[in-house]
Amino acid sequence: MSMSIKVRYFASLKETVGRSEDDLAFVGLATVSDVWSCANAGQPLPDHILAAVNMEYVDRNSAVEDGDIVAFFPPVTGG
Amino acid sequence: MAVKICSEAFDPWQEIQHYQQSAKDMAGQFGATSIFIGTMRDFNEGDDVKSMTLEHYPGMTEKQLEKIVIEARQQWPLLDALVVHRVGEILPNEPIVLVAVWTSHRGDAFDASRYLMEALKSKAPFWKKERLKSDVERWLDKNTDGYQR
Repeated sequence: MSMSIKVRYFASLKETVGRSEDDLAFVGLATVSDVWSCANAGQPLPDHILAAVNMEYVDRNSAVEDGDIVAFFPPVTGG
Repeated sequence: MAVKICSEAFDPWQEIQHYQQSAKDMAGQFGATSIFIGTMRDFNEGDDVKSMTLEHYPGMTEKQLEKIVIEARQQWPLLDALVVHRVGEILPNEPIVLVAVWTSHRGDAFDASRYLMEALKSKAPFWKKERLKSDVERWLDKNTDGYQR
């Protein structure tokens, strides 16, 4: 069964990758790092980039599920 | 408890006044109110700054801020708390963030507001991009640890 994953990018990362979203389809198991690599020409997820699944912070090795929204962004600078 | 994201300039003093007046449950209960207001400077890292754009992740921002308020509530006996954060185009001297905490005693108010600000700085998905006087734009890399001198 294939999984649909929506990927979102924010701030300077959005400018670096040149887009704000991707829609991906996976067959089998995938981690957050796999989602990044699949969306970005096989590149590894940069060390400083943070990840969230469905708006909660996650570890880069956590698994994703069908329908998840995976967000990647640089360290936060609010306040 | 309330968390608010503003895309227009806000007046922190008015926010506090309105919130306190509407929070009737805590009337007569609070002996301490701790207020933190973060305001935009016209300088950073030795450069003159003209304006700033604050991007955020709608939905996740509110979720993370609410989580931070719940965490504070688990650690201190808060009567109430208000967090207001600005997004969009910001000019020097405009408020960026307001954290207000109401408790019975001052120690809890000071400690909880400090906790809320530091947690917000490290967890809430906001990103600042500065426009310098020279019109050069730059993203801020990361927030510093507020407990470090």
